[in-house]
Amino acid sequence: MLRRLYHEQPERFAFTPANLEWAQTIIAKYPEGRQASAVIPLLWRAQEQEGWVTRPAIEEIARMLGMAYIRVLEVATFYFMFQLQPVGSVANIQICGTTTCMVCGSGSLIEVCKQRIAPHPHQLSPDGKFSWEEVECLGSCSNAPMAQIGKDYYEDLTAESFGAILDALARGEVPRPGPQNGRFASEPLGGNIQPAGERAEAANASVALALALGDTVARITGEPILARAAAAAPAAAPKPAPAPAAALAEVEPARPAGLGAPREGGADDLKRIKGVGPKLEAVLHGLGYYHFDQIAAWTPAEVAWVDANLEGFHGRVTRDDWVDQARILAGGGSTEFSERVDRGEVYDE
Amino acid sequence: MLADKDRIFTNIYGMFDRSLAGARKRGCWDGTAEILARGRDKIVEEVKASGLRGRGGAGFPTGLKWSFMPKGSDGRPHYLVVNADESEPATCKDREIMRHDPHTLIEGCLIASFAMGAHTAYIYLRGEYIREREALQAAIDECYDAGLLGRNACGSGWDFDLYLHHGAGAYICGEETALLESLEGRKGMPRLKPPFPANAGLYGCPTTVNNVESIAVTPTILRRGAAWFSGFGRPNNVGVKLFGLTGHVNTPCVVEESMSISMKELIEKHGGGIRGGWKNLKAIIPGGASCPILPAELCETAIMDFDGMRELKSSFGTACMIVMDQQTDVIKAIWRLSAFFKHESCGQCTPCREGTGWMMRVMERLVTGDAEVEEIDMLLDVTKQVEGHTICALGDAAAWPIQGLVRHFRGEIEDRIRAKRTGRVSAVAAE
Repeated sequence: MLRRLYHEQPERFAFTPANLEWAQTIIAKYPEGRQASAVIPLLWRAQEQEGWVTRPAIEEIARMLGMAYIRVLEVATFYFMFQLQPVGSVANIQICGTTTCMVCGSGSLIEVCKQRIAPHPHQLSPDGKFSWEEVECLGSCSNAPMAQIGKDYYEDLTAESFGAILDALARGEVPRPGPQNGRFASEPLGGNIQPAGERAEAANASVALALALGDTVARITGEPILARAAAAAPAAAPKPAPAPAAALAEVEPARPAGLGAPREGGADDLKRIKGVGPKLEAVLHGLGYYHFDQIAAWTPAEVAWVDANLEGFHGRVTRDDWVDQARILAGGGSTEFSERVDRGEVYDE
Repeated sequence: MLADKDRIFTNIYGMFDRSLAGARKRGCWDGTAEILARGRDKIVEEVKASGLRGRGGAGFPTGLKWSFMPKGSDGRPHYLVVNADESEPATCKDREIMRHDPHTLIEGCLIASFAMGAHTAYIYLRGEYIREREALQAAIDECYDAGLLGRNACGSGWDFDLYLHHGAGAYICGEETALLESLEGRKGMPRLKPPFPANAGLYGCPTTVNNVESIAVTPTILRRGAAWFSGFGRPNNVGVKLFGLTGHVNTPCVVEESMSISMKELIEKHGGGIRGGWKNLKAIIPGGASCPILPAELCETAIMDFDGMRELKSSFGTACMIVMDQQTDVIKAIWRLSAFFKHESCGQCTPCREGTGWMMRVMERLVTGDAEVEEIDMLLDVTKQVEGHTICALGDAAAWPIQGLVRHFRGEIEDRIRAKRTGRVSAVAAE
């Protein structure tokens, strides 16, 4: 299967000091001269740190292991767990879709993803928090259907319980992983459990580790893991929360009417909207949007459509709240950002 | 039903104390040094005598495999590599060993490595098993601290190091030579054989690759004796085994049972029966994705072991079955497997790279009925051209489910094509 690097790449990559130290212990596991064996664990840690595998990370790891860039690129593109494009800032949801899960209802989980995250796999949700994909068998078939979220398996799912998990994640919580139907592990539910005996453990091994480490969806930098709720809450003064992805995605996206050309007097300077740069302005012109009042009039359904159709900038309308900004600017007002633009502090033209 | 006293995996659901102390109370690490003191040959002989066959799907006799390793060393180190890349759809048994009963596996690694003259072993886990890796690593660390691993492991005089390594989501790495390639830091593309890994495996050194369950059962076999183990099941199919029940059973589970148990007994006793009753059963894929599907009438009397499944022109595989009830679209279920194999083909051999995609696309049309009846035979012909013409068995594995489907459900495929043509559903299909 053809997999390529993402078209936009960051400038550089560096392991955090703690991760670098960890990498040295991994390299030491293999015989002298066989350091290349560590390539998968190192790429994996790079992904755990950054969320996805970037080109600078591939090059850095090649240097660390004395490998040619192309050899590491080969590995990164061959193995499907390496995400080669940015993923949701909270989580990339991986639904197992292979036969057992399929006959047990994974289709309904994928439907939930399509409706609440994005219509297509590997696409970011409008708020940038989530992405999703269908993956091949995850090896938890007696607990089908199931999904992997971060480091953990959420098993024995239904569309409802899965939806509730997404809700919790969006709120910044991390729901308890493992079976969601009251099972302990892979024993027959309510059946005769063999071997018999007194339970001594509170949770199965996977769940116990997840609860103890708290790193289900955390980035691994070597720093202590902050509780997800604390990490997800913005430190800045609370501003009205943007409408949750769910609410937006529930409306059927509709394309707002566009103009063939700007009205008399020329187009407004859309760059005065925070979040719209020269590139996005050109994209908007291409779609037929030239004026603040056009944007100010977008309904939630229309916002959803534009969010989904800004190639490379999915979800920006919601993220930067264009509609409210446009409403002020259309009325002749100004925002803090537009004043900076007007003073020539933002774009040099 | 297998008695509790005859279970090897006494903590398979992880409900009891999972620590080393807990495992020791249940009998792990009991007299390991004495087992090693019997010497290499005695251990290999005992495993051979037990009749243990590999638990990863192919069923190759484990003791025989061990005996292929060179007796002395020519200066190259020997390696044991444990295949924990459990990715065959429906197979989820090794996961339970690694996270809940890890000491059976770790002790087995020491014994098997000693029996093959290996001072180092690598366990290759699939990348998605992150918690399983952490649980297993914690257990290994406990063993090092207790002196059970490392220099003079268990006081046996044998130095032994055990390392975990993981992949990153490629089914093909469950093929032993692809696994070795991956372990060496390359794409997981299978190697041509010969040379076999026993002569030139990991880093060009003599290597044996065994499934997790095969290794994890050996300490108990050596403690209780070959005769005890071979007392279960039919000749040539002996022992106890982890079974997986997935899909449309009332209580899906992983459970340890005696080999040669009947399929029906296994499902009724542990799976809580078929959803909607036995009459509602449509078909079962008996041992993982590559095993040809069996229709309900054959499941009635099927015996779950290597020979029992071979007689039905299917395969025992990993003994983890997918049960499908009457409401299931079996054609779509097999199409999904075709999609799986297409996704997982490494692309090295043309028949597989092109064939898996081709077969999936035809299957896609059989699902919707947008096909000609003649195409069924054409598809069958293509599966024969892929089968046996690739370096590894992934091509075969992609061909078999389709062959099984056509063998048993040809009528249903043809009905669907006709129904699409005429817009009418025939009496058979509407039943």
